[in-house]
Amino acid sequence: MSAETTSETAPEITSVTGWGRTAPSAARLVRPRTYAEAVAAVRDCGPRGGIPRGLGRAYGDAAQNAGGSVIDVTGLDRIHVVDAGAGVVLCDAGVSLHRLMQVLLPLGWFVPVTPGTRYVTVGGAIGADIHGKNHHVSGSFARHVLSFELLTADGTIHTVDQGTDLFDATTGGMGLTGVVLTARIRLQPVRTSLMSVDTERARDLDDLMARLTATDHRHRYSVAWIDLLARGAATGRAVLTRGEHATPAALPARARRDPLAFRPSRLPAAPPFVPGGLLTRTTVGLFNELWYRRAPRARSGELQSISAFFHPLDGVPHWNRVYGRDGFVQYQFVVGYGQEDTLRRIVQRLADRRCPSFLAVLKRFGDADPGWLSFPRPGWTLALDIPAGLPGLGAFLDELDEEVAAAGGRVSLAKDSRLRPELLGAMYPRLDDFRALRAELDPRGVFVSDLARRLNFQESP
Amino acid sequence: MKDAFGLPQSLLVLGGTSEIALATARRLIARRTRTVWLAGRPSPALESAAAQLRTLGADVHTVAFDALDPGSHEAVLGKVFAEGDVDLVLLAFGVLGDQANDERDPSAAVRVAQTNYTGAVSAGLVAARGLQTQGHGSLVVLSSVAGERARRSNFIYGSSKAGLDAFAQGLGDALHGTGVHVMVVRPGFVRTRMTEGREEAPLATTPEAVATAVELGLRRRSGTVWVPGVLRLVMAAVRHTPRALLRRLPV
Repeated sequence: MSAETTSETAPEITSVTGWGRTAPSAARLVRPRTYAEAVAAVRDCGPRGGIPRGLGRAYGDAAQNAGGSVIDVTGLDRIHVVDAGAGVVLCDAGVSLHRLMQVLLPLGWFVPVTPGTRYVTVGGAIGADIHGKNHHVSGSFARHVLSFELLTADGTIHTVDQGTDLFDATTGGMGLTGVVLTARIRLQPVRTSLMSVDTERARDLDDLMARLTATDHRHRYSVAWIDLLARGAATGRAVLTRGEHATPAALPARARRDPLAFRPSRLPAAPPFVPGGLLTRTTVGLFNELWYRRAPRARSGELQSISAFFHPLDGVPHWNRVYGRDGFVQYQFVVGYGQEDTLRRIVQRLADRRCPSFLAVLKRFGDADPGWLSFPRPGWTLALDIPAGLPGLGAFLDELDEEVAAAGGRVSLAKDSRLRPELLGAMYPRLDDFRALRAELDPRGVFVSDLARRLNFQESP
Repeated sequence: MKDAFGLPQSLLVLGGTSEIALATARRLIARRTRTVWLAGRPSPALESAAAQLRTLGADVHTVAFDALDPGSHEAVLGKVFAEGDVDLVLLAFGVLGDQANDERDPSAAVRVAQTNYTGAVSAGLVAARGLQTQGHGSLVVLSSVAGERARRSNFIYGSSKAGLDAFAQGLGDALHGTGVHVMVVRPGFVRTRMTEGREEAPLATTPEAVATAVELGLRRRSGTVWVPGVLRLVMAAVRHTPRALLRRLPV
């Protein structure tokens, strides 16, 4: 079961998983509350090393370290300086994006990049170099990080500026270069806390791709939900959602009194035990049908809260439990522009196979980010959640990996829990640079994770 | 490391010439397994098993291992664990013995018990400690339906498997929460070298079917796996059959 954050100071052996709740492994969980304790945690990692962990939203095994230490950084959670004039925040790595939004929105600032959940830490956002619905405009998280402090394997703390090798190795480096302690982040100005949202339906994949290609650049935020259970002529039918931060003029009179209010609502959590097999083709197919039909053919200017637009699933704590004890895998890949045929083929294969996925999201990435192991690159990215208990799923996803790699694409490491190690180098051409830097920075391999072991990160070039 | 589907990248087989183990190894190599350690008594059969797995693309090593020499287990298995993580240990050694002969020759019966039970207790504990230190991994123990209820026709073998089965279950409970998963596999009659020439029991199965069940069990992180699955029901009935009746049944 996933490790819930505890406040005890004594290290304990805990079974740890990622958000997908697959492949548990046991580690010593330490939760430093000061930088000195963080330094001590790194120095005392033991023979099987350590890995930083935030709120555990990485789907796979990136923040697990079997037999070693897992350094929970959520105890380092101070917001040090908010420069409300320039729009820059200096905060600890354990601060969540949720907390940043609470503090910054009333001041007229928003986090520059947010993924589908607010419950990720700043450290995790840097380690996974997360992207959001605005990647085509704003790039990934690291693009907005001016500098950070990094605690490296020798127990020293470095200030790392944008544009340096260590910066580019750490952003997207999955915590394997060290523990980020603080970061300075440039913020996005907003005038209201509401989103102005346009919704439209696309009848099939080609229609969807044409709409996205033609109009994506006009929207700051853009994403498409695809019904992967639709078949035949409807294969790839989708609901497009685009949004901007609403202007004060667009707000109804009542909301204008407090235009920057941030009040996300939360429903009760999913129960700790949920029987498996809830998400079948039938139930998911039904959901997808309703979801598609419910969406308006075209609607513009609808006002939505930030949580409704960006983080609908955050409203249900522990929603990952609905997949039962088998857990689930998220499969996210990107293929470059010009490789639309690969995307079409994969969507076709997913539709043919009838994978019960109710969360399948397509979007267009903009310019690549400098992080050596950063996931985004210009092209199409598709992400989907699939119950891990589906028979034959492993072999099927291996086949998709082959197609993705052959097209020069890659899968996301923050989501991964099953990639074949042989494909890592093909998908991430700067892997050898990363290994070389790590060999120099951390010759004893203090920073290591289940992901790093599984994908042979330590193997020399 | 195991992946999200429980598939191991490295495998240690205790009883490296076991047909069930080799069928399982072949299946796992076809998926994720790249490193295999075949532990067994040095023999041409062990080497040829290794050679065969190498042709499938795995990096295969053989290790001299004797179930009947528990004193050596720590050193032998320790060396394997020192080479790198072992994601799956498959405890597959065992002998069937010759019931009629073993009843007459207690020393032969003891050899069956020592191999199947004592040797497995020793090797199982050593492997479990290695896995626990790693904080992850699976120990798959090949038990047998014969251990579920002692029967006239093979109670010496059956009792040794009963001991092994109870040991493995307890070990699984002891390791709960340590990241280590213990899975007991209870096949019925498996058509192998070991059972050649014997009269087949109903619901006879193959090493390949056992391998398939092992892969499924790993994905589900099962505690117990029956092969074929229907044996779970059959044996539940057999377990509750009165002795006086069972004695007369042709099983």
